[in-house]
Amino acid sequence: MKLKGAQIVVESLIAEGVDTIFGFPGGAVLPLYDALYGAKLKHILVRHEQGAAHMADGYARATGRCGVALVTSGPGATNTVTGIATAYMDSIPMVVLTGQVPVGLIGNDAFQEADIVGITRPCTKHSYLVRDVNDLARTIKEAFYIATTGKPGPVLIDLPKDVLNATAEFEYPKTVSLRSYNPTVEGHPAQVKRAFETMKQAKQPVLYIGGGMILANASAELVKFAKKTRMPVTTTLMAMGAHPTREELFLGMLGMHGTYAANMAMHECDVMVCLGARFDDRVTGRLDAFAKNCTVIHVDIDPTSIGKNVVAHIPVVADLLDVMKKLNALAEKDATDWDDKHRPWLTRLAEWKSLYPLRYEKSEAGIIKPQFVVEQAWEAAKGRNPIWTTEVGQAQMWAAQFLQFDGPRTFLSSGGLGTMGYGLPAAIGAQAAFPGRLVVNIAGDGSIQMNIQEVITAVQYGLPVKTVILNNGVLGMVHQWQELFHGKRYSNSEFQMNPDFVKLAEAYGAVGMRITREADVRPALEEAYKVNKPVLMDFVVEKEEKVFPMVPAGGTVKEMMLL
Amino acid sequence: MKHTISVLVENRFGVLSRVAGLFSGRGFNIESLTVAETEDAAVSRMTIVTRGEDRIIEQINKQLNKLIDVIKVVDVTAEEHVERELLLVKLNAEEKNRAEILRMVEIFRGKIVDVSAKSYTVEISGGDRKIEAFIEMVRPLGMQEMARSGKIALPRATGAPAPKAKKPKSGG
Repeated sequence: MKLKGAQIVVESLIAEGVDTIFGFPGGAVLPLYDALYGAKLKHILVRHEQGAAHMADGYARATGRCGVALVTSGPGATNTVTGIATAYMDSIPMVVLTGQVPVGLIGNDAFQEADIVGITRPCTKHSYLVRDVNDLARTIKEAFYIATTGKPGPVLIDLPKDVLNATAEFEYPKTVSLRSYNPTVEGHPAQVKRAFETMKQAKQPVLYIGGGMILANASAELVKFAKKTRMPVTTTLMAMGAHPTREELFLGMLGMHGTYAANMAMHECDVMVCLGARFDDRVTGRLDAFAKNCTVIHVDIDPTSIGKNVVAHIPVVADLLDVMKKLNALAEKDATDWDDKHRPWLTRLAEWKSLYPLRYEKSEAGIIKPQFVVEQAWEAAKGRNPIWTTEVGQAQMWAAQFLQFDGPRTFLSSGGLGTMGYGLPAAIGAQAAFPGRLVVNIAGDGSIQMNIQEVITAVQYGLPVKTVILNNGVLGMVHQWQELFHGKRYSNSEFQMNPDFVKLAEAYGAVGMRITREADVRPALEEAYKVNKPVLMDFVVEKEEKVFPMVPAGGTVKEMMLL
Repeated sequence: MKHTISVLVENRFGVLSRVAGLFSGRGFNIESLTVAETEDAAVSRMTIVTRGEDRIIEQINKQLNKLIDVIKVVDVTAEEHVERELLLVKLNAEEKNRAEILRMVEIFRGKIVDVSAKSYTVEISGGDRKIEAFIEMVRPLGMQEMARSGKIALPRATGAPAPKAKKPKSGG
């Protein structure tokens, strides 16, 4: 069947099982938009291309499938860069289709030309410039394969306009053959056994879980393994939801704003079992004081993560689902009395948990505490199977600390890149995938303004996302660091002015609410969750509130500041 | 320590920038880099000379393997191997120098590949030490310009099986 390049793209996306794409048209992609007209693909028209990239990312995180964004050449493409870098840092499967000027004009500084393959080279897993329409279908097949296998990540396909207009015989390839790309999937059985035997010898082990557990869809295996072996679990920001939070074995998030119990467990453990995490600086603090007295087992699909920051005594390069299944099979056949072996350790951890739980000082004079809003947002969402997204900064940390999770793919947050402006479009992407679920974005008054234009997208497509703005009038995390480390010189972190978020919401056709009294917090949330429209809730909260505990950047667990 | 890393890559548009960008983006150093087609026109070989402690070299190796267009990475430093570099140098060839230049070229088994009234251009190939020694010897004679190719290398075939380089697998 002979098809135009543009039709080949549409048919290939359908063949990949794509149902929704997020995009914004422009000159170079007009042929593709023409082919989309009447096609069996839902297209969500965003208001800024960064929004399209984050929506595709949110869709991917919520569903586990590949997200797709489509934008034009030049500024359309460059506007997606932050979204691509966000997905890259958090290993999110995504295919970004960018328009490009016709092949003959490439390199001529043509109108709306940008070398987007060059610009995104360091923040994509791979990228393509398609110069021949005959390569198009195979390229798309490869792009989806690369984006979703091994360590997932964004793949960019640059599509010159003349390639979209040219015709070629179309048959979507069934298989991919790439001699240079064969991601390791199975864990070496002997190495997994060695890891298991080491855990059996441990008296004070800890399971340190990263986002890889969620990406590998291995959370259920983790829960089973932890339960069987009675090993305590701490998760990174990226892994929130990989293990239920309200359980005895769960220590909370670790790292800079992690719990006392989690960070102490990492400090005092004799065997550290790192599963799908990468020893990020926000987790380790000062490296020369981290994991000095323990055996490190490190399982990751990405060989470059292993031994990069922390020496792994027992490295395993593999898909976590495979390794977790193997570990569970070993545990199944094993007669170790894990509970007896770990009893003193678990008792100590329980003491730390009860001595230094996550807490905040209750409000005085009715001023709303941001942590209270987050707690209430969770309480009010009980039984609604919510998906949470966050912006970045204090609000993000409070969300990680004070929300509770029962399962994976319910907490979508920009961990690696720390992208303000991520939460709202990510929520829209998640809501597009799950129209019937409650999707709530926990935001600050700073970060919500970075992609606030997407409120109208949510309204237009009837995607009733809820945004909780913790409005303290300052860039909270910057403010906190300035207070603690820069002598309270609040350089440019205080907004002298903010928009009226209620009017703004209403101008977009969404529902706006302003909440200034503690007593009104819960009723407002209940009401917002009920209404079948996007809602912006402007909670006016305590300005001086800080995120604790805090291990200063480059510090050690000994320097942890507690409330 | 200095390492010579031989990288087989898909002979495609943009591969060099991926490799070069990887080095600059992660702060790895490149002392020299050469690239050209191999016996298979679809495959190019890059020879990269870099320096770093073991941990860095391990990262370089793994990061290179992670690039989709990279087929195979071999740190030839760890193997028996042959390495060569080509030097072209244009020397002042005044009356009093000429004999000395010819003598040096003969000792170093080089060739004179271009001659003018005032200069001789010399071609020398060999390992680092030979190239550097030659440069030291002729520098006092007056050097107009010089070009070095950067190192290329191949593992030796003597008895030992060819090094099995592949993407790192699990295991110690």
